[in-house]
Amino acid sequence: METILMHNQLSLEKSRPGRRGVQFEAAQKPASAYLPEGYLRKTAPKLPELSEFETVRHFTKLSELNYCLDGEFYPLGSCTMKYNPKAYDVLSALDGFSQMHPFAPETAVQGTLEALYQFQELLKKVTGLAAFTLQPAAGAQGELTGILTARAYHDARKDFKRTEVIVPDTAHGTNPATAHMAGYTVINIKSAADGCVDKEALQSALSDRTAVVMLTVPNTVGLFEKDIREIADRVHKAGALFYLDGANFNALAGIVKPADLGADLMHLNVHKSFAAPHGGGGPGAGPVGAAAHVAPFLPKPLVTYKNGKYTLTGKMPKSLGKMKAFYGNIAVCLRGYCYLRQFDGQTFKEIAENAVLNANYVRCCLKGKFNAFFDGICMHECVLSINPSDMNGVHTSDIAKRLLDYGFYAPTIYFPLIVPEAMMVEPTETESKQMLDAFVAVMEKIYEEIKANPQIVKDAPHSQCVGRIDEVSAAREPNLRW
Amino acid sequence: MFIPHTSQDREEMLKKIGVSSVKELLAQIPQDLLYPALDLPRALTEQELCAHMRELAARNKPLKNFIGAGIYEHFIPAAVHALSSRGEFLTAYTPYQAEASQGTLQTIYEFQSCICSLLEMEVATASHYDGATALAEAVLACLRITGRKEVLIPAALHPHYQQVLNTYLRHQEGVRIKQSPAGADGSLDLDALAKNLSADTACFVLATPNFFGCLEKAESISALVHQAGALLTALVQPIALGIMQTPGSYQADFAVAEGQPLGNAMNFGGPGLGIMAAKKIYMRQLPGRIVGIAKDKNGKRSFVLTLQAREQHIRREKASSNICSNEALCALNAVIYLTLLGPKGLQEVAELNVERAHQLAEMLGKIPGYRVKFTAPFFNEFVLECPIPAKQVIKKLAKKGISAGYALGADFKGMENCLLVCATETKTAADLQRYADALGGI
Repeated sequence: METILMHNQLSLEKSRPGRRGVQFEAAQKPASAYLPEGYLRKTAPKLPELSEFETVRHFTKLSELNYCLDGEFYPLGSCTMKYNPKAYDVLSALDGFSQMHPFAPETAVQGTLEALYQFQELLKKVTGLAAFTLQPAAGAQGELTGILTARAYHDARKDFKRTEVIVPDTAHGTNPATAHMAGYTVINIKSAADGCVDKEALQSALSDRTAVVMLTVPNTVGLFEKDIREIADRVHKAGALFYLDGANFNALAGIVKPADLGADLMHLNVHKSFAAPHGGGGPGAGPVGAAAHVAPFLPKPLVTYKNGKYTLTGKMPKSLGKMKAFYGNIAVCLRGYCYLRQFDGQTFKEIAENAVLNANYVRCCLKGKFNAFFDGICMHECVLSINPSDMNGVHTSDIAKRLLDYGFYAPTIYFPLIVPEAMMVEPTETESKQMLDAFVAVMEKIYEEIKANPQIVKDAPHSQCVGRIDEVSAAREPNLRW
Repeated sequence: MFIPHTSQDREEMLKKIGVSSVKELLAQIPQDLLYPALDLPRALTEQELCAHMRELAARNKPLKNFIGAGIYEHFIPAAVHALSSRGEFLTAYTPYQAEASQGTLQTIYEFQSCICSLLEMEVATASHYDGATALAEAVLACLRITGRKEVLIPAALHPHYQQVLNTYLRHQEGVRIKQSPAGADGSLDLDALAKNLSADTACFVLATPNFFGCLEKAESISALVHQAGALLTALVQPIALGIMQTPGSYQADFAVAEGQPLGNAMNFGGPGLGIMAAKKIYMRQLPGRIVGIAKDKNGKRSFVLTLQAREQHIRREKASSNICSNEALCALNAVIYLTLLGPKGLQEVAELNVERAHQLAEMLGKIPGYRVKFTAPFFNEFVLECPIPAKQVIKKLAKKGISAGYALGADFKGMENCLLVCATETKTAADLQRYADALGGI
């Protein structure tokens, strides 16, 4: 059947000349009546030619080849694949919001501006920071925004000797890549044996050349930096700024305020910290918050409220400029605003606590078969590690693929880099105990398979529309278009 | 409720962990900072939230929109949103586990294929944040490839794009941005361009249409740029390419665009959809995700994220960019839109844009005191010179329910009376007439 239906035929392979899905009224005259021939294209683009029905069926069938959060559990460490309430999808797409042009007169967009202004205010309340920009299009762009804001701060003080950014070896790849894009030299520091920042290593890396220290809190091995206040003090004593990577803020909201920890700058990921669907890889939104002394350097414009009106015209003479065209991923920010309006402080505390409870529960349930690399209590995620020689030669990547056979997405694997054969499990706050128990049962089953019949794990997946993919085959002679 | 646990669940879980309260799990956090007061407004129920958001949306005023300036209002067939809002697409993760993500991966491959064909370029990426950041990243690639230090841009480049370029290039050692002026007809002054190009020019940004809506003599410009040994980065409009000459046809090395017009709503300017394409020789300099064809262990065709050795999660500080999440769902909207329209539909839309904009230009240009400022060919946008400041025109027409355009005075000295006006296929003959009548009546 599969070969007959050709489920993964490309739209361009299904295409038949002359077929089409939508028709527009014909122009009265051809383009050549208005434009010189030399400006026109010589041959029509080779786009698919399908009816509307064929298009609908094509993309529907493709969608069915996906795992998705609505259908499957994603224990995907660091990615926080938690539920996103459906109301936010509807509300952020209301015509009154979605049909607004970014250059429409401000009198015509007061509703949008009010929502954005209130979102900025709520972000300030949950983090304790003095100002927020909504402009960054994603977490990684938020990082770049934060580091460029720090650079504008140092430059304004004529402190040009600061050329280094310190990043721990557990950091997301975006941290060092960001620092490099901002023109800084990256100083990587090793973590201590307990998975936290090695204070000695940090101290010897800190100098009057240090511009920023970037720390993810909780860190990527799922631990809260226990000496964080001391670290922040040392960073500040060195004259550097403390950038808190808020990728894991869902475990902190209502538990502790980043400003109280000494953060000068931080970004949030609206889809992880709050609630927006991941979309298969974006769009996200990465608002950046700043303490009062660095706030004037944030990108412009911010939404301000003056004389009963919301406006984007406030003066920001020290601003670093713009990070993207217009004002940010507004449709995503509206979802974040919805989330912050639907819960109060007590509920945020419970949500964060549940993220921590779920991760520790899974960690304890798997103990003995799959152990955490850093033993002990974790925050919202735990990093498991295996030794293939104890596992009949089975690797983490095999376990990841085998989980797909049981209807679970895989954990984040081989990250952080300091953990051998890492499996980073983040159940998130929205999964039920019953789902966690099912995940544990499947992991135990896979453990039994590893002991009794490792080949079935090594050959996984067996249930997907394709077998194990040879990723190297794609890079050898890249075929990137039809 | 957002959190599913019953108190019994919680008790059992705590018991398994061996603690008596969740607070015990938070011992690493400075205890004096724990549980701060957040001072948030009262939590809303879903019903209250819906009422609140609908009230805010209703506070926006739906004016008849004649603004373009980088974000364009186009008709979006219903099937686009119906398909892209399926949970299987909407709530999927970045397709790192390829076997369980073939749907998303294939749609990205189809997106890349459609973009390559539309632009007549050899390779395209999975997407970037928006047109402005795509441009900045393409320029960074040109700097890396050539090792040269000067970036030449047209003076009539979108002001936001100029500002984003400034931000992205500011800390590149020794790099300068230089402007090349437009001529009297609104398009690039080729003599000035020839003088501005030098052995230090890494690339020229060819925006066509430029920010005044004028189309450029792309082939002549390309020849000049390449003679100087520089690279050509084209900034184009995807809908226009239904009929307009393509970056590939004039040998652009990189081509970027704002892809929002392809099936994505205006959304007050975001999310956008950064499109980036290049000649194949620059494939390994491209930033961001790319999907390629692979084989599974049985030799079956499949799709994966590929060439990842360029990316931050592998290369860290040596990566070609820090980009991670991009705009996958917007790219999905775009590929569904292009699939529905096909080559014929896209041509029709493009032709309607040309026609409506030219009809409107003719109508407005006839009103005493008003004139179409430039004579260069244009697609769906043109500059109208008014007898009074453009800002006043906008204010007056807003009162008549019309968003008249974008006032150029803030960004371009001496153009205080100039209004950038756009008409797409969404504007009917009656809409054009309404605009002309309103403008004639102020």
